[in-house]
Amino acid sequence: MDLAFTAEERKFADDVRAFVKANLPADVREKVKNGKHLGRDDYMRWQQALGRNGWLVYTWPKKHGGPGFTPSQRYIFENVCAEEYAPGIIPFGTKMVGPVIYTFGNDEQKAKYLPAIRESTTWWCQGYSEPGSGSDLASLRTKAEKEGDHYIVNGSKTWNTMGHWADWIFCLVRTDPKVKPQEGISFLLIDMKTPGITVKPIIMADGGHEVNEVFFDNVKVPVANLVGKENEGWTCAKFLLANERLGIAAVPQSKRGVEALKDIARIEQDNGRPLIENKSFAEKIADLEIQVTALEYTELRVLSTMAHGGQPGPEVSGLKIRGSEIQQRISELAMEAVGEYAAPYLPGLLWQGSNEEPVGPEYAHLAAPRYFNARKTTIYGGSNEIQKGIISKMVLGL
Amino acid sequence: MDLSLSDEQKQLQESAERFVREKYTFENRRKIAATERGWLLENWAQFAELGWLAIPFSEDDGGIGFGSIGTMIVMEQFGKGLVLEPFLPTVVLGGGLIASAGSKAQKEALLAPMIEGKKQFALAWLERQSRYNLADISLKATKEGAGWSLSGHKGVVYNAASADQIIVLARTAGSAREDKGLTLFVVDGKAKGLSRRDYPTQDAFRASELTFDKVSVGADAVLGKVDAAFPVVEDSVDRAIVALCAEATGCMDAINAATLEYIKTRKQFGVPIGKFQVLQHRMVDCFTNAQEARSMTLMASLKIDDKDGIVRRKAASGAKVQIGKSGKFCGQSAVQMHGGMGVTDELSVSHYFKRLTMIDMMFGNQQHHLTRYSNLAMAA
Repeated sequence: MDLAFTAEERKFADDVRAFVKANLPADVREKVKNGKHLGRDDYMRWQQALGRNGWLVYTWPKKHGGPGFTPSQRYIFENVCAEEYAPGIIPFGTKMVGPVIYTFGNDEQKAKYLPAIRESTTWWCQGYSEPGSGSDLASLRTKAEKEGDHYIVNGSKTWNTMGHWADWIFCLVRTDPKVKPQEGISFLLIDMKTPGITVKPIIMADGGHEVNEVFFDNVKVPVANLVGKENEGWTCAKFLLANERLGIAAVPQSKRGVEALKDIARIEQDNGRPLIENKSFAEKIADLEIQVTALEYTELRVLSTMAHGGQPGPEVSGLKIRGSEIQQRISELAMEAVGEYAAPYLPGLLWQGSNEEPVGPEYAHLAAPRYFNARKTTIYGGSNEIQKGIISKMVLGL
Repeated sequence: MDLSLSDEQKQLQESAERFVREKYTFENRRKIAATERGWLLENWAQFAELGWLAIPFSEDDGGIGFGSIGTMIVMEQFGKGLVLEPFLPTVVLGGGLIASAGSKAQKEALLAPMIEGKKQFALAWLERQSRYNLADISLKATKEGAGWSLSGHKGVVYNAASADQIIVLARTAGSAREDKGLTLFVVDGKAKGLSRRDYPTQDAFRASELTFDKVSVGADAVLGKVDAAFPVVEDSVDRAIVALCAEATGCMDAINAATLEYIKTRKQFGVPIGKFQVLQHRMVDCFTNAQEARSMTLMASLKIDDKDGIVRRKAASGAKVQIGKSGKFCGQSAVQMHGGMGVTDELSVSHYFKRLTMIDMMFGNQQHHLTRYSNLAMAA
């Protein structure tokens, strides 16, 4: 048992840091550092730079074109990227559909889709939730009916993140309405340019456009776009969710978030002294920092188990729950720190990148929108109540 | 970086598991607690034979060099069995203080026989007014010829009745609560002028109130440097805190397992109560809490030997905060989910709950360590 990194691992960390410094566009770095929203092009420039170096799909094994990082390398890579203010990698291609394709797809599909995911030349989005299917995902009703060598897709998907920027969508569709809900679902890849697809924005509480409704009206999808067997899509869906759980804890981002929170509390004033000297506020930050440390070491324990060929144990299931609660708490304390200066709403500055002068410090007008926005973290990816249901059943046997 | 146990460490874990399984069934523990000493000499002899009393010490000090991870491994198993033998006061605190501050002669006279199982220690630091401030010490040691004379009071001294030597934190200079002017003395448990009032604790351990009435000791009784004991004691107590955290993770595993079993079998309204979602989610929260406690204990065990004092202190305090929070959550939830049976003496649940509760009280509770952590973390 050893906490120290080996000489090789330290060298790797230096290499990653040098790469990020040399390849992360300065304007993107500044946006991430100041908590601003990023555009499609911002993400693409960074992801393509990673792709050229073979690191975009850093969780993939070598045989599918990934770098085959050890768990320690994964940890180092994620942390260094976060410390250097790199944007989070969009997971839909790299962590979601990519692994589904290389696990369940045929050779033709692997050859067609994987290179573009590795290089970030296509943007993927997710078609899971529906207006009537939230936590009860298996009740989904978007149907795909076979006609010759095509499926005809009708229905709608919602909470579709960044679909307005996407080239492709992976969808769960109903191919057999007569069997048990889980047994009639298939996993389908659909080109967003196909006629009959409409993307309609959903404006969130913070005023931002991040998610959409996607409507399918007699959309023709080649049968060749089916991943895995027809009516066995639920297997892909579960695999994808399990695969997603590790990174979803967002430990490096939360570590960075706590440091940023301390910086704000050093600037904000409270009775003529820096807010950070207010004992009760300081203890709230301290408590949060301890929570992040607990989460980090839980993740490290999982990584060590995996490095020895073991499967993640029950500890992995709690990562999403605690990780999301922590992200919310960070945003809550940042808002608490700025006090009444959380109130000014500056949509131009927030969303359009205008040059208007912020009211108060730059971080203040971002605090409330981030707080409102972060409420999503305990809802998406399977709400925390659903997660507890899964742990209760799968881990505790209740 | 690798956080998994080595083969040697796994063997240690397995042998500690076996000891608890064989010697610490709940009924056995009840019998051990009721003995006059409150623990068994034969178990202690077995610890010595298995090499456990040498775990944290370097080979130069006659130990086996398993360090803080070794202590973590056995303490976790002790927590699962609510083991009563005084490993913490004798090995972690007493042995630890002698190893870090003792002279060669003191190590030979005290540490070596302790490792062989022939000596028991106790640390007497707390006084009635001290609360959690290790520097709030007023028991006085004054020069007396070549030696010293100790007078004053010490409270809640674990293992004092069994201790061959009591390590006493005394004020030799300075004013109340000043961290300079404190000195450690090794005092014979049967010294003239030392009187004891012994009692059991809530969680079936043994402790004593001690009165020192002009207790004379020689110059060689000083452990470490005169007037400079504070940092040594602080470090040792931080190590004890991390060991306690490991014990608490064992307690939490055991109490969670008992509760899970109970809600699977106890039926109300015609179904096992574990079918109710409100209890399922609470049970999940218990397991998540125990995982976090385990993670923080591991973190602290790895960092408690760091050369940077701030890193060590933050590690110990951070872990103690987590243990306080998780221990309270698991303990209270276990009792609640057991219903009336949870508050009886009959089931093990109330005994784990009592131990977890007292662990939070020891060496600073959750709030105390949150403040200490906060002061360290916000300064940076």
